[in-house]
Amino acid sequence: MEAINIIKSRFVPLPVENIDTDQIIPARFLKATTKEGFGKNLFRDWRYKGNNENQLSQFVLNDETYSGEILVAGRNFGCGSSREHAAWAIKDYGFKVVVSSAFADIFQSNALNNGLLPVTVSEVFLQKIFSLSNRSILEVNLKEQTISISETGERESFPISAYKKTCMLNGYDDVDFLLNLRKEIEKFENLN
Amino acid sequence: MGKTLFDKIWEKHVVQSVEDGPDVLYIDKHFIHEVTSPQAFAALDKKGIKVFRPQQVVATADHNVPTINQHLPISDHLSRMQVDQLIENCKKHDIQLYGLGHPYQGIVHVIGPELGITQPGMTIVCGDSHTSTHGAFGSIAFGIGTSEVEMVFASQCLLQNKPKIMRISVEGKLNKGVVSKDIILYIISKISASGATGYFIEFAGPAITSLSMEARMTICNMSIEMGARGGMIAPDETTFEYIKEREFAPKEQQWEKKIQEWKQLFSDSDAVFDKELLINASEIEPMITWGTNPGLGISISGLIPVAESIPDEGERNNIIKALHYMGLQEGKSLKGLAVQNVFIGSCTNARIEDLRLVAGVVKGRRKNANVRVLIVPGSQQVAAQVKQEGLDQIFWDAGFEIRQAGCSACLGMNEDKIPAGEYCISTSNRNFEGRQGAGARTLLASPLTAAATAITGVVTDVRELLS
Ligand code: SF4
Repeated sequence: MEAINIIKSRFVPLPVENIDTDQIIPARFLKATTKEGFGKNLFRDWRYKGNNENQLSQFVLNDETYSGEILVAGRNFGCGSSREHAAWAIKDYGFKVVVSSAFADIFQSNALNNGLLPVTVSEVFLQKIFSLSNRSILEVNLKEQTISISETGERESFPISAYKKTCMLNGYDDVDFLLNLRKEIEKFENLN
Repeated sequence: MGKTLFDKIWEKHVVQSVEDGPDVLYIDKHFIHEVTSPQAFAALDKKGIKVFRPQQVVATADHNVPTINQHLPISDHLSRMQVDQLIENCKKHDIQLYGLGHPYQGIVHVIGPELGITQPGMTIVCGDSHTSTHGAFGSIAFGIGTSEVEMVFASQCLLQNKPKIMRISVEGKLNKGVVSKDIILYIISKISASGATGYFIEFAGPAITSLSMEARMTICNMSIEMGARGGMIAPDETTFEYIKEREFAPKEQQWEKKIQEWKQLFSDSDAVFDKELLINASEIEPMITWGTNPGLGISISGLIPVAESIPDEGERNNIIKALHYMGLQEGKSLKGLAVQNVFIGSCTNARIEDLRLVAGVVKGRRKNANVRVLIVPGSQQVAAQVKQEGLDQIFWDAGFEIRQAGCSACLGMNEDKIPAGEYCISTSNRNFEGRQGAGARTLLASPLTAAATAITGVVTDVRELLS
């Protein structure tokens, strides 16, 4: 996993609540057996009309005035299916951070396991970000656990478990941790 | 202080705790399917390791399989590759696969319980959010992502933070025409699609304990739809009776020993929950959703809310967006809305009891000429039972199409899709935009309501047909 600490970037706003993983990546694109290439179908049915490549101009990913490595979305982001393809698609598209006022549990774990940082902010702070211009810059500092708006200096801290923070800062993943534990796990099995 | 059912099971499965961090949780059973496992197997291969405890893994093919002509090679190239990959991976890692053509094949959350693999007190995971279904047996069961599938393959463990626990007690008795699907749709409509995020739920109370195992599964199945990681119900005689003598149930002395263990699985009377909710069953009517998340539901005789009456701006915008997608009008009733499709299937409501409910309504009747009705049994075993009981004849006579087992139009991954703009009353669990096919408009309801609507062709209160 790629290590992550400070991300300073413009952002892409998606002020919609309850964005489910079927919107992030529809089921018909889950037939692949590798993790790559999902970015081109990120938010597929909001980005394109029907099955052809006609872009829906009002959708933010099709609006060239918006760009950046930070996706900012409404409350309860990533609800629904456990498909990790949703996190892969967001990452593959080029985002490194997703900001929302609440994340669905499974999406949050999936994001963390893929080096995509979920940043939970208050509803007030979220609305403040949505009211910014498309040229504004956000700065996310994982070590400090803060997110700030560059032009106004407003900042908020965000929660993350100490363990996950270490993993993300260093690019460690849980599998290596668990593999090192196989002896203890065997012991546990024998006792139970 | 007493312990909750959840605490009792969790504590027994903690291998160790990471300081200031999650617990290393031991997993008893791991179900896998073709869609969320290939990348996990590939990661193992890359590291050059084998599955740590293959005997605790059970596989089936369900999400991406056709529901007709399952004996023929799958015509969609990508789907065939994915299913073949599962066969190859299972062979390589010595994992039991109930694949296409096997008499035990079916939707992963239907076959686990029906084979007696799902048992009280277990920790159970699967790369699928509706793993919560298995909680109906008094187990801790939850959905995981593919990275976590890889972790369980590698170590039979997961790193997990203990969630908060909410108890939802449903008191009183259910009204006529109201089934467990209505209970859960009602609860979600009350607390919203995110109302239980961060929680694990224990369902309790007389209206829950009086339900059959299959009805309990429907409730736990949809606990994820309010944001909960999972739902569970303490095991009791109904549970033991259901498991007894199933293929993988404990046998003889082992059975007696297990029963004694399972009888200890309940929340102590002085256990403290992080949140408690009380529901009165008598308030529940047949439910139906009108919007694009499972929280946007009303009783069949109710009205779609008026957007202006919602104080919260975010929620108001949601409702306006949902109404637009669904092509529905605020303040109106859904009753009488012409529906073009009826889907009876999915891990929520495609077990034998569900199909018996449907047959009870449609027996001697014929579907409306303007609707297409698809019945997709949850497993090969359910399909065989349908035949044995002669329900298939009732369905064919009614003009319904019976298919072979799989997830089908629940997620629209195979050919079984609902055409754009059309309405589908569905016994599945998600009404998200495009869930059943791009542009499809889903109304979630119980098997009874779906059956009644199939007959009339318009959204119908089943109680009018029952009397
Ligand atoms: S039936 Fe639907 S909800 Fe259930 S496992 Fe299959 S796709 Fe998921």
